[in-house]
Amino acid sequence: MIWNEKIECMSREDMRALQSERLIELVNRVYNNVAFYRHRMEEMGVEPSDIKSIDDIVKLPFTYKNDLRDHYPFGLFAVPMKDIVRVHASSGTTGKPTTVGYTKNDIKNWREVLARCLTMAGISSDDVMQVSYGYGLFTGGLGVHYGAETVGCTVIPISGGNTRRQLQLMSDFGSTVLACTPSYALHLADALAENGYSLKDMKLKVGVFGAEPWTENMRLELEKKWGIKAFDIYGLSEIMGPGVANDCIHHVGLHVHEDHFFPEIVDSGTKLPMADGEEGELVFTTLTKEGIPLLRYNTRDLSTLNRSTCKCGRTTVRMKKITGRSDDMLIIRGVNLFPSQIEHVLLEMGETSAHYMLYVDRENNLDTLELKVELDETNRMETIRDLQMLSRKIQHALNNAIGLSVKVTLVEPKTIARSEGKAVRVVDKRKK
Amino acid sequence: MTIRQLSVFLENKTGHLNEILAILAKNNININALTVADSSDYGLLRMLVSDPEKAVEVLHAKHYSVRIHDVLSLEMGAAPGSMSHILNLFTDAGLSIEYVYAFSFGSKSILVLRTDNQEKAIEVIQTNRLKTIHESDLKATV
Repeated sequence: MIWNEKIECMSREDMRALQSERLIELVNRVYNNVAFYRHRMEEMGVEPSDIKSIDDIVKLPFTYKNDLRDHYPFGLFAVPMKDIVRVHASSGTTGKPTTVGYTKNDIKNWREVLARCLTMAGISSDDVMQVSYGYGLFTGGLGVHYGAETVGCTVIPISGGNTRRQLQLMSDFGSTVLACTPSYALHLADALAENGYSLKDMKLKVGVFGAEPWTENMRLELEKKWGIKAFDIYGLSEIMGPGVANDCIHHVGLHVHEDHFFPEIVDSGTKLPMADGEEGELVFTTLTKEGIPLLRYNTRDLSTLNRSTCKCGRTTVRMKKITGRSDDMLIIRGVNLFPSQIEHVLLEMGETSAHYMLYVDRENNLDTLELKVELDETNRMETIRDLQMLSRKIQHALNNAIGLSVKVTLVEPKTIARSEGKAVRVVDKRKK
Repeated sequence: MTIRQLSVFLENKTGHLNEILAILAKNNININALTVADSSDYGLLRMLVSDPEKAVEVLHAKHYSVRIHDVLSLEMGAAPGSMSHILNLFTDAGLSIEYVYAFSFGSKSILVLRTDNQEKAIEVIQTNRLKTIHESDLKATV
């Protein structure tokens, strides 16, 4: 089934015409309404009239996560606050969150792209969808929720966590679709037996998993463990949230809803555009977004593009499943984390050295974080309790800043390896 | 009234304590008393040494996290119940003991302790005329 055949199966030519028309309109809008973009374009000597078709997109400035931080909270919004109907936020790089705003139209478009994604995964109004993404400032829960309602599913807005209850409701309510992070889906599968359930108690048919990079092997493992079809839903709050792209039943890349989100691949060093099939940084321009439209937002996710028609009949460009990034951002239980955020917290506290090592692992399919931090050579710790209180204080500060629980271990000064080049701050044991 | 005690932060690693002892030995520093407090992740080594300043210097040079703290030190009688008697005085004054250890030096039995209120502890010592130990008392030839 295809939700919007007119768009999803549009000829490449018609799609380019639509994109060109929308880009021209977008550039005029941001030039006139967002000081940041007007300045950037002036610096580059580009005027809205220079943009005549989608090909001219390469003349436009890039946007980076830092730009959102620098204009925190609402500096990049292109409409008055009275037109913003919702705000979402994700953790930023140095303590301040990255904030995004949506107009009524944005929410409508978000529902539309999500309806396309879910339909692509074979989901319909016959389904009961358990949404186990977190609800709240995170875009995952509410984003998928509205999309599922648009398709007509019976939605169970259970949000994340509480494994026992997840399984109980899945069994009692007969959920046919599970939407959550792939690692949580694996955790739930492994928790079946110990909570007294088996697959026979469940009616699950489809999984819509995303918000963290995962491999094709993991997808196959989830299909086997749950006896379901597993799909990859891609998105990021800066662009919209979940629903930017999704794979179809053939699992040959994720169909990008390119009438709303125009993708490009650029070289991670030179930032020059790359040809289809070449791997580089994935960049999106939000062609229709009103609240916080972004030009050439660099996701730092690594991917390739493929514009050939898919076996499913869709003509929309496909992006290769994301398995890596060009920066040091980690995704822990769906939450974005930069090592610099840890450093920021430690420096702000000033009670330890800023030398640390972060160990990421996966236990029972849940991501775990351990921070080893060096004590200062002249620390005042006199009792074990002082040390434990310091650990707890760091733990608490980190939890406040990044929203993740971290096991904190104090280590002796100068025991964490120093590096002469780029410091290695993270050991990610999840990568096998 | 107080003597200087060294506190060294120690990770739980095999052979680690010995490294510190070797550094002190090499620098001809004598250890009069030693105790280790431990949790699951790390320990705190507490020592009374012949030359606290030099000990801090040589341990810092090897990047150990080390501090000097002033702690109370008292001489106890040799009879059973001497330590209990002294600790009772502190308890009766409403003080909590944060840590305590005892050792003998020559013929003396010595108690080292830290309470949650140093000033009040000193009051207790003075009121009860408890015999305190000074660093010079630990310098006598053994």
